[in-house]
Amino acid sequence: MQNEEIIRKINQLLVDEIEIEAAQIAPSADLKKDLGIDSLDFVDLFVIIENNFGFKMKAEEMTEVKSLQDFYNYIINRINPN
Amino acid sequence: MSTEDFIPNDDLRITSNDLKDTIYEFHYFTISLFSMSRVVITGMGIYSVIGKNLAEVEDSLRHGRSGIIFDPLRKEMGFRSALTGMVERPQLKGVLDRRMRVGLPVQGEYAYISTLEALKNAGIDQSYLDANEVGILFGNDSSAVPVVESVDILREKKDTMMIGSGYIFQSMNSTVSMNLSVIFRLKGINFTVSGACASGSHALGIGYLLIKQGLAEMIICGGAQEINPESTASFDALNAFSIRESEPTRASRPFDRDRDGLVPSGGAATVIIESYESAMKRGAKIYGEVIGYGFSSNGEHISMPNVEGPVRAMEKAIRDAGIRSSEIDYINAHATSTPAGDSNEASSIDIVFGSSRPLVSSTKSMTGHEMWMGGASEVIYSTLMMNNSFVAPNINLENPDDITAKLNLVTKSTPYEINAFLSNSFGFGGTNSALIIRKV
Repeated sequence: MQNEEIIRKINQLLVDEIEIEAAQIAPSADLKKDLGIDSLDFVDLFVIIENNFGFKMKAEEMTEVKSLQDFYNYIINRINPN
Repeated sequence: MSTEDFIPNDDLRITSNDLKDTIYEFHYFTISLFSMSRVVITGMGIYSVIGKNLAEVEDSLRHGRSGIIFDPLRKEMGFRSALTGMVERPQLKGVLDRRMRVGLPVQGEYAYISTLEALKNAGIDQSYLDANEVGILFGNDSSAVPVVESVDILREKKDTMMIGSGYIFQSMNSTVSMNLSVIFRLKGINFTVSGACASGSHALGIGYLLIKQGLAEMIICGGAQEINPESTASFDALNAFSIRESEPTRASRPFDRDRDGLVPSGGAATVIIESYESAMKRGAKIYGEVIGYGFSSNGEHISMPNVEGPVRAMEKAIRDAGIRSSEIDYINAHATSTPAGDSNEASSIDIVFGSSRPLVSSTKSMTGHEMWMGGASEVIYSTLMMNNSFVAPNINLENPDDITAKLNLVTKSTPYEINAFLSNSFGFGGTNSALIIRKV
């Protein structure tokens, strides 16, 4: 899967499943402060990511994920590891 | 202690209105002497199988309309009886944000709608809730679907991380009070009362006691009941449900000679109670005053009701109210349409009210058995009757049996002035609750 397609899919899932306003979606957006994704939403993201990308996110790997760009990078690296 | 200890005999009954007023004044004088508050109903909301708001429900009550259907899914699943009350699921997307919806099971959705109506009915907005210590006490005693679904996911995926964030908040018995307290930002008392099919009634009773004692000013009380096969399958296994599947609307027939079991049902009912002083200060419309709460436990069989336990609950409620049994104009019976339950309740009512014989009906003839919700919804049904001067019929009552014939049963919608009513609710384990509400 191409990186652009991964990003497009993540954005669509955030809008459809987490119900984030499309206008708020920006790579620089802080997941918690700007998008309002709290610890419970992260629990749901675990399920959403596994169901849509087929791998399990690990909580300990998420500690450095702050912005949406960080989240894109994390997913892209799990799908297309260097 | 015998019944006679509590019930004045006919010779002692006072019929003079002046004397009655004096007794009421004395009753309220003693309440004020001990710094107790009067407790009034200032808001009601309902989402039921006979109507999705107060106006629809009142119309159904007046016309004796049944909310019972045949659910083919239950038959496919192996139910002995596919009869159930049914109401459509509220659509809350776009109404509540995702975080508020994710943890809300179906009975919580019903309760959200009924509570919205009750708050509007009471003239209370969010700014009032933000500025005052308003509590919530809801009756609820199951949340089967989220339990089943979350365990199904675990069994399939073998990973708890695949369950997601919502099921824990949906699956606890306290789900309704926990969710609504967050949605409405409530700051007062906050818990759920689980007392089987008397849950809603006990929730109101406990709320009444807290306000009466000055420990709370306003509490959102109520009861909620999920409608789905998962929550009633094990109940169906007890052979307790009516199997009159060819005539769904005639299946629930409390006190009728040919009754053959209850019909499960559900929805949600919200009753806002507050101190009389608070209601006066707000200029709120008062729909009734809670004046008595009686409770008891049978101390016998887990599912078989008895006569003595309900008698004690009703007598306690009458004593708490400081009235005579003859002042009860109407009884909304618990009667669920089971052979033993209706018979025993009829005997209980006859023991306590045999000399005054108030009008009696079971609204479960129309709604089916709303279980955890019933104690709250039936207070609303009866309060609607009291405020609109009629008694709703006990539909499908064609032939009473020898015991139920002792009661003054209402089979047709009847214009009637109710000044005070008693509402009975009983449940598994022998829990009994009786509430008395009077006109203000």
